[in-house]
Amino acid sequence: MNMIKALFRRELMSYFATPVAYVFIVIFLVLMGTFTFYLGGFYERGQADLMPFFSFHPWLYLFLVPAIAMRLWAEERKTGSVELLMTLPITAWQAVLGKYLAAWAFTGIALILTFPIWITVNYLGDPDNGVIFAAYIGSFLMAGGFLAIGACLSAITRNQVIAFVLTVVVSFGFLLSGFPMVLDLFSGWAPQSIVDGIASLSFLTHFSSISKGVIDLRDLVYFGLLISAFLYANTIVLQWKQAD
Amino acid sequence: MKPMIKIEGLTKRYGQHTVVDNLSFDCSAGEVLGFLGPNGAGKSTTMKMVTGFVAPSSGNASVCGHDIATDALAARRKLGYLPEGAPCYPEMTPRTFLEFIADIRELSGDRRKKRLAEVIERLHLEPVLNQSIDTLSKGFKRRVGLAQAILHDPQVLILDEPTDGLDPNQKHEVRQLIRSMAADKLIVISTHILEEVEAVCSRAIIISAGRILADDSPRRLAAQSRYHNAVRVTVSDAGSFDAVHAAIGQLPSVDRTETDRDHLTITALAKSGSNNAATLHQVSRLMTDKGWNVAGLQLETGRLDEVFRQITGGAMA
Repeated sequence: MNMIKALFRRELMSYFATPVAYVFIVIFLVLMGTFTFYLGGFYERGQADLMPFFSFHPWLYLFLVPAIAMRLWAEERKTGSVELLMTLPITAWQAVLGKYLAAWAFTGIALILTFPIWITVNYLGDPDNGVIFAAYIGSFLMAGGFLAIGACLSAITRNQVIAFVLTVVVSFGFLLSGFPMVLDLFSGWAPQSIVDGIASLSFLTHFSSISKGVIDLRDLVYFGLLISAFLYANTIVLQWKQAD
Repeated sequence: MKPMIKIEGLTKRYGQHTVVDNLSFDCSAGEVLGFLGPNGAGKSTTMKMVTGFVAPSSGNASVCGHDIATDALAARRKLGYLPEGAPCYPEMTPRTFLEFIADIRELSGDRRKKRLAEVIERLHLEPVLNQSIDTLSKGFKRRVGLAQAILHDPQVLILDEPTDGLDPNQKHEVRQLIRSMAADKLIVISTHILEEVEAVCSRAIIISAGRILADDSPRRLAAQSRYHNAVRVTVSDAGSFDAVHAAIGQLPSVDRTETDRDHLTITALAKSGSNNAATLHQVSRLMTDKGWNVAGLQLETGRLDEVFRQITGGAMA
């Protein structure tokens, strides 16, 4: 536990030691604001909720979270510090978790900094804060899902651009797996149960139910399993690289 | 004494290419082992396998009795490792970086403070402690890497090219540091700087193409050189050069001579099996008898670089 804490602290500190953290947070907040107010029609709708705000989260995460995740392992590989890290007395799991949790906490910080929009909606009307809270939880879990995918793919390569592109593509697949664009790839030949299975992997379906205020155990389990699976894959990739 | 590092049949293959080929050796505390070889000989790969960063294709390695594959954490706790190129986290400062390492090495309380203060002092990191590692010179970066490796006072220290990129003063200091720590530890360094081996190592292993070609003390390795017990004379007067050269060539224990007219030196190579000082003795008597002026007279112990070239097949020359 202490190891994970030390790794977590180091990783989180390194975000703020470079402009990366500040650039990311500013861009995240500006885009959130722009999408909510212009594309989402926050004022025009005349409703005191944050639907226009949360409905853009999946799409923003699709591009912004891979940008956070791409450096997790690819940069360590590039600078060679991975050799230092992996010869310290820590297990692959501790390294994977420490780094992942730091990145997740960082997206959490960015998410918390969107609080002015919550203040705004409370000032303008009388929203259901329970729904908003649930949606924040859902959004955070979804960011965690994107991040776990990105962390795993980042361990495959030393090139951050490749890590970014791979993560966007795979995340896009997960995001849209409930939609014809992805399902049509399978519906021609695969049995219906598999098609249904793939459809149920969609980030969007799970996120949208949470963001309506319904925290269903199945959605929590879904994100929990997804994150665990990709982090497990991450440790496998590290061990595989060790033998390489 | 129980060996601190034990390597048995260690092999690494990348596809068809065998980088490390069935390597076996032991080493124990008190040794400073120099790992020599031309570039690409498999030095770094061997070190990466001993520290557990790279998994061997076959064979095994253990550190203080802990197998690096099955008991990795215990083995790594005993180890300090400076990887090739001394990689660090560039955005950190030496202080935050060393504190991170202290956390991972589970140093706490007084011991933590003492160890941090000691490595900072020994590697002269005080002036750059709060500067990001990114902005440091190569010499400082290397020293931060060394500080990290010795922070927990490990029993086994593995240093991949510890003095690479340092200036002569810094090299000297790092060698002193290595010597001062050698008494109760095992230190393994890889290098292709042969004077370093002579300066700090008690044992040298020469490898090439992943195999051990020689394993002996640097002194005995150097003795294999044809320059072992050779005598180098520098004459002070160019006029007498040829006469001196001819006379030395006639001496009983001299096998043959090499000359360098620009520097007015004649090197007399001793016949193999001749007594240590026989050639020196004969040459010096010759010079006094004939009344020739000598600017320098030197007994050579042997040239490690020459032995190295000979053993590794001249690939480096």
